[in-house]
This record gives sequence, C-alpha cells and structure tokens, in this order.
Amino acid sequence: MEILLQLVFSGVALGMIYAVIAFGYQLTFATSGTLNFGQGEALMLGAMVGLSLAGKVLGGPYLNYWLMIPLVMVFGLLQGALVEFVGVRPAIRIKSEFGWIMSTIALAIIFKNVAENIWGKDDLKFPSPVSEAPLKFLGANVLPMEIIIVVGALALMAAVEIFNRKSIYGKAVVATSNDRDAAGLMGINTRQVITFSYALSSMTAAFAGVLIAPVTLTGATMGSVLGLKAFAVAIIGGLNSGIGIIVGGLILGIAETTTGFYISTGYKDVPGLVLLLLVLAVKPAGLFGKTAIKKV
Amino acid sequence: MNFKASLVGIAVAAALSVPVFAADPIRIGVDGPFTGGSSPMGVSMRDGVRMAAKEINAKGGVLGRQIELIERDDEAKNERGVQVAQELISKEKVVAAVGYINTGVALASQRFWQEAKIPVINNVATGSIVTQQFKDQPENYIFRNSANDTIQSGMIVKEVVDKRKYTKIAILADSTNYGQLGREDVEKALAAKGLKAVAVEKYNIKDVDMTPQLLKAKEAGAQVVITYGIGPELAQIANGMVKLGWKVPMIGSWTLSMGNFIDNAGPNAEGAMMPQTFIQEPNNARRKSFIEGYTAAYKVDRIPSPVSAAQGYDSMYLLAAAIKQAGSTEGPKIKDALENLKDPVEGVITTYNKPFSKDDHEAITANIPVIGTVKDGRVVYAYDEDKKAGGQVRTKAN
Repeated sequence: MEILLQLVFSGVALGMIYAVIAFGYQLTFATSGTLNFGQGEALMLGAMVGLSLAGKVLGGPYLNYWLMIPLVMVFGLLQGALVEFVGVRPAIRIKSEFGWIMSTIALAIIFKNVAENIWGKDDLKFPSPVSEAPLKFLGANVLPMEIIIVVGALALMAAVEIFNRKSIYGKAVVATSNDRDAAGLMGINTRQVITFSYALSSMTAAFAGVLIAPVTLTGATMGSVLGLKAFAVAIIGGLNSGIGIIVGGLILGIAETTTGFYISTGYKDVPGLVLLLLVLAVKPAGLFGKTAIKKV
Repeated sequence: MNFKASLVGIAVAAALSVPVFAADPIRIGVDGPFTGGSSPMGVSMRDGVRMAAKEINAKGGVLGRQIELIERDDEAKNERGVQVAQELISKEKVVAAVGYINTGVALASQRFWQEAKIPVINNVATGSIVTQQFKDQPENYIFRNSANDTIQSGMIVKEVVDKRKYTKIAILADSTNYGQLGREDVEKALAAKGLKAVAVEKYNIKDVDMTPQLLKAKEAGAQVVITYGIGPELAQIANGMVKLGWKVPMIGSWTLSMGNFIDNAGPNAEGAMMPQTFIQEPNNARRKSFIEGYTAAYKVDRIPSPVSAAQGYDSMYLLAAAIKQAGSTEGPKIKDALENLKDPVEGVITTYNKPFSKDDHEAITANIPVIGTVKDGRVVYAYDEDKKAGGQVRTKAN
C-alpha cells in the first residue's frame, strides 16, 4: 500500500507538470484554433531565465527564488506575444491551415539554439528554494518542492480561469473563444485577444519551468520531451476542457510511475501512448472535450 | 638516348617520391561529444589531446611535420558520428583518429575507418565489443586505451561481492548501447560468482523521475545499487534515493566520476564508487606536470573528467610514437607500428610497453585501474593502500 501511495504521489507531481504545460496549449487553442508547438521551449526559456536570475550561471544570484518568479512570468508574456506576432499572426491573416504549425516549430528550434548558445548545452543544477529533505506523508516520501509544484500549478490554472471569467479582459477572451467573428462584430479586438492568449500560454509554461527546474535538471533540451508529453495530455483530456487536462495529466503521470514499477521500467511510456491512441480512436475530442461539429 | 630517357625517368620518380609537401602538417581526427550530457568526457578528452599535440609540436612534431587536429563534435549521436567519420576520412583526409566517448557512436562509426584502413584509438568508449567489432577480419584498425566494460564490471563486482559481501544487488542502467552492454557485462560477472541481481531496471536519457526504478530495487531488498549510465541521469538516481529516504551505496561504472554527476547530485553524490584509470592526484612527476599543465591551460581546478583527459593525452602520444616508428602516415603502416611499438611510451596513466599486438588491441588491463570515490565534490582514491601506492606506475599485465 505504501508503495502504491509513493508511486501515486510521484505520478501526481509528474502529472501536474504535464497538466500545466497542457493548459498552455488550451489557452491558445480556445481563442485562435492554433497551438504553440514551442510550448516545451517556452518552459525551458522560463527555467533558464529563472536560473540566470536566481542561480549562479550568469554571475548571479541577483534575486531570490520567489522574487524571480514574477519576472520570469513577465518574460513569458513577452516571449509568447513574440511567438504570436512572428509565427502565428501571418498564418491566421492569410487563413493558412498549417502555416502556424511550421512556424511555431521553427521558432521552437530557434529558441533552443539561442538557449544553447547563451547557456551551453549542459544540464545545470537549479538551486532549490526549499529543503531538499523529503517529508513523510502517510508512509510515503514527498519532496517539499513536489508539493509546491502541485499547489503552484493548480493555483496558476485557477488564477487564469478566474481572470477569464470575472474580468472584462477575460470576458473578451471567452467571447473570442466562443465565436471569433461574432466577438469581432461586437467590437472586441480579436487580434489582440489572440496575442494575449499566446502571452498567457507562454507565461504558464515559463512558470511551470521555474517550478519544476529544482526537481529536474535545467538545460536547453529539458523542454522537448515534456512539451510532447503535455501535448498527449491535452489530447487525452480534450483541448477545450479545464478539468480534462488535470485528469489527463494525472492519468499519464500515474500510468508512467505505476507501469514502471508493476510491469517494467522499459515500458513505462507505453500505457500513456496506448491511451492516447484509444482516445483518438474512440473519442477524438478528448475524454472531457466537447465534440465540435464542423460544418463544411 | 636510352640512357637519357632512363635518367629522366629516375629524376621524375625521385621528384615524385621526395616528400614535396614535407612541411605539410599531419592531420589527425578528433571525434567526441563536446556538447550535451556526455560533454565533460568529450571536452576533457579533446583538451588532453590538444595538450599532447601542442607538446609534441613544440618538440618539432613527428617526422619533421607538425600535428594538426581536426576536431568534430558527434553530439553523442550515432548518426552524427557516422557523418563525422565520413567527413574526416573523405574530406579532411586525416591519417588517423583518436576519440569516441560513447560506445554506441563508436560501434556505428568504426566501419568507415576500418574500410578506409585508417587506424582509430578509442580513448574513452568502454563497451567490451568496441575493439572486437572487426576481429574476424585479417586486419583490425580499432585500438583502445580505456578500461573496457569487462574490466570495469569485473572490478565493480569484485568490490561489491568480494570486498563488501553484498548478496542482494540491484542494477540500474540507461537504455543506450553503453548502459545495456554494460548491464550484460555486470550480469555476466555476477553469474560467475553464482549471483543474480534482485532487480535489473532501465531508464531513458532525460528521464526526470526515477521513483519506479528505485522503488523496485528497494522492495527487492537491494543492499547496493550498481549503475551504468551517464552523469545527469546518475544524478537523478542519487537524488531520487534521498527522496525515497533510502540510502544504499552506489557503485558503478567510471562515469560516476563525471563532473555533471557530482555537481547535479551535490551532497548526494558523496561516497559513490567507480573504477578509474586515473585520479587527479599529482603523485609522480609525469602526472604532476600533466595536471598542472591542464589546470593552467584550461583554467579549471577540477578536470571535468580526469580519466578522459588522461586517456586522451596518452592516446595522442601512442599515435605519435606509432607514426614516428612507421616513418609514414599510411594507415596500414601506422597500424602495424601500433601493433608492434618498439619503444615504451611514457604516458600519464601508465608506461605503455608494447601496449598492443596483432590480437590484442587493448592497452589497459585489469590490474591498471583503481577504485575511486567521490569525496567533497572530487574523485579521490577510495582506499589508502591504493593512494600510498598511487605514485607507482602499474603496467600492462601480459
């Protein structure tokens, strides 16, 4: 029982990492029907900028961990807006179906190369802001940082949701996601809303980056695998369901740790991917997604 | 007339055979991962090779020619290694190569050297089959001066089973060629002692969570974890053990000495043990000048991977000695000279006295490496008797 609990705890922490990145995919999909395939790189850049501010890599530390987070989030906002401006806006303008896929992937590669040139290709240690000694909880061990990851991820997603539902700007976002043309006719600058959603999406990724960096290692290549797995989570959960990605993240995270233990560590990535295939075959909109009816 | 014609012929032949390009440098390929998780090994190796080449050039080079190094980054990727090998052979026209850090890359690329009849000295890659790949062919162009996995797994098992009397052993190896071939060697060495590991687990490069692997080892009651992987993931293993509140000794292949393991695992790396051909300890004149030269030239206090630096340095001297003895830069002649080196080569790791023969392309034998351990963020001798005897050069047992 203790073992199962331990596996579930680790799986939950892993799953919440996936969920918060997947949340970023959702934000831009809702407003513009496009995705930022550089989500993993946005996470990496957030972690690297955070490490430069709070760690020793570029002559620091300049700030402590907690003060660094708001700055990294601002950086994420700017980075996301840039991606939208350079990569996505032209594609939307000419109503290209696939242009944004190529351009966000291209930008992701550029960001990775830039990061390799600034910070090198090595994995670096991110100093942990809290004790690295594990806590005992119901007989299983949990790192304090893992609790912060789970709480932080949930808090950020809740904050963005509340913003979208309560504030006037958020309502513009919701309106744009419901019907971009109608929102435009109502006087909402939908182009700005889309830029804003990209900014928010990269902000969540950058935040996720600094959250997970103390437990993983930090390096230019840290984002690619995570970005891909988060994409699977977004598909499993549904690209338009908030609950969906949390559940999807937990399913994938726990599936990985339990398969690793009970079946074989060589197959730990398989159940999640099998689930992905099943979902795509049976319910393509995702477990919790609303099936979109596309009129042709 | 006839006589004149033959005179002209002789003159032409002489003109052709005289080394017209006598001042041209001797081009030698250096291949290794200078970026990514394996880079501490690749960069240290390259810097060791550079140092040796510089010293040789300062003394007038080889055959009156300077050595020119053609360095290429294989990024620890098999496909990139293949490209690099082809480029070095066809475009850069190197006469020999040193390098190869990753067993997988070596195995994928060596075919091209073998076909081109250009000798390669593997100075870091340890997979047991690296030098055996073309054993069945009449000529084998693959040499090595690192401690192969058969030697290393034997030492690890000796340490774990004979010295420490552990019987419940877990093996954690990464999913690369290096990890999996090493795991096989460890399992073989354990089987020879009549033991079987209680848990054999696998992980991928870039895995961020080692909980399932470690839990399995813990549940199986392992008293010790044997590792076969590279720095960053080894650090995740050490950190993961602390997270689970489970502390057993970590004993593994020589990669536990890598800087990116020690740095990323921090205090959790303390006490890890591994076989080492070289420990950064200035215990004889040759080693002292090597360490001082390296730390001064590259402005470091701790060599990122001392073993790779020393082996890289020695490999260059071995190659230079062979070219000198061959009196030529033709691949087959260099190979023959390597297989029959007449003068001993005084290296940092050992004095190479007939290091290779036709059937034996391994310069390092089991008696040369010692067990090292991580202490205060550095790799030191694990045992006092080794430390005391450290200054004595251990030479190849024939």
